[in-house]
Amino acid sequence: MRIEDHPILNFNRNRRITFYYNGREIEAWEGETVAAALHAAGVRKLKKSLHHDRPRGFFCAIGNCSSCLMVVDGEPNVKTCVTEVEEGMVVEEQCGKGDLRAEM
Amino acid sequence: MWRNSAGRVICVQRCDMAVVGGGPAGLASVIKAAELGVERIMLLERDEFLGGQLVKQTHKFFGARDEYAGMRGIEIAEHFQERIDELSAIEVKKGAVAQGFYEDDVLGYTHQGRFKKLDPERLLLATGASEKMLTFANNDLPGVYGAGAVQTLMNQYGIIPGEKVLMIGGGNIGLIVAYQLLQADVGVAGVVEAESGIGGYSVHATKIRRCGIPLYTEHTIIRAEGEEEVEGAVIQKLDDDWQPVEGAEKRLDVDTICLAVGLAPIVDLAIQAGCEMAYIPEFGGDVPWRDEDMRTSHEAVFVAGDAAGVEEATAAILEGELAACAMARDLLGEKSEIMEEKTRARDKLNVLREGPVGDEIRSGLERMRRDIDAGEDRYSHQSRA
Repeated sequence: MRIEDHPILNFNRNRRITFYYNGREIEAWEGETVAAALHAAGVRKLKKSLHHDRPRGFFCAIGNCSSCLMVVDGEPNVKTCVTEVEEGMVVEEQCGKGDLRAEM
Repeated sequence: MWRNSAGRVICVQRCDMAVVGGGPAGLASVIKAAELGVERIMLLERDEFLGGQLVKQTHKFFGARDEYAGMRGIEIAEHFQERIDELSAIEVKKGAVAQGFYEDDVLGYTHQGRFKKLDPERLLLATGASEKMLTFANNDLPGVYGAGAVQTLMNQYGIIPGEKVLMIGGGNIGLIVAYQLLQADVGVAGVVEAESGIGGYSVHATKIRRCGIPLYTEHTIIRAEGEEEVEGAVIQKLDDDWQPVEGAEKRLDVDTICLAVGLAPIVDLAIQAGCEMAYIPEFGGDVPWRDEDMRTSHEAVFVAGDAAGVEEATAAILEGELAACAMARDLLGEKSEIMEEKTRARDKLNVLREGPVGDEIRSGLERMRRDIDAGEDRYSHQSRA
């Protein structure tokens, strides 16, 4: 959920964009990160853990912890907490380590 | 341009001073160095914006004698950005990730998908810190966030982390973020603190109490509940030896658990560069040893800010300035202006660390000197001869 009225801050929300999460259409504001936009849309589970398939979301939100890795436009292991969302971007939940050859 | 032994040209950019990290320490440092006359300064920032964690700090800074007192972190970041724009000696590379500092004193970094090489006369590591985890059942569930992550989500992007949050840690960060959650109209189920008293400043604790938020001192979290994401939390009372008291469990109905249990310095580059390290609990973990000018055991490498020991932004700014003065002296000689600025920065740091608030930092500084004298370096096998 987005904050509309804050006692101190104003948020720059100028341009609406649309991206895709597991095939689902999601609206976001330009300038938001993928993880932030997903969170605003109620998606907190971003990937599965490597060995036990445990659900994982972001933890640090500044690109340190790698808990938010997803497949973005076919590229695995993208840190979605520091990647700005773009119009038409295709974002998918990541299972395992990702396969670079899948792009060939 | 360099040539290797086979005569092939290697592209290495030269500069007088390189800074890794565009947070308070790095920004203050490039500005001070440029003001003192250092010319080719390169600032590498991995994010697409400058300011580091200042950009999400909506609270006003303390400190009567410091020029940034009364300003909010977000305003300080804007102030630094404007000053950098005025100083032509500073080249800023955003989205640039430092990868390593090698035996030939070359700094490698990636920028716009390419690996680039930089040969700085002096290097400052101002890489900041990362949030610590806490051990409890299901601590990996989505909805368990670091306090900084909650600030990023809320204060930078205007997105609330959840409907109801449990804050773990009653230090200043826990208290400040709990209050910021209330400002954003998010419910706070309580602040959990293992110690018998609240560790943060009483001014922050009072604000939280006044809003009717319970402060669970002598408690810890033992479990997060939920299958796919956080749906609740269980806390437990601790006895005087920090052991859980049987039967004294309490379940809280929350969808988010926020951990404010400290930070650890990000020191990978320093270790890799072969800097002598010291384990200083008061500083949050392993830090490069440094002298009183912020110089590490490597003559060309300096460290400042949380990477030198977790403290707060005002100290980071002053350490950045101090390091800038020392680097400027190396590069330009012992000019009186440089030496005066260096003394000024060090005096202000000492004033900041006076009194009970600076106890931990002073004890950490003492421990660092002692351990290094005793040759206690967990990474010394990596040091260069």
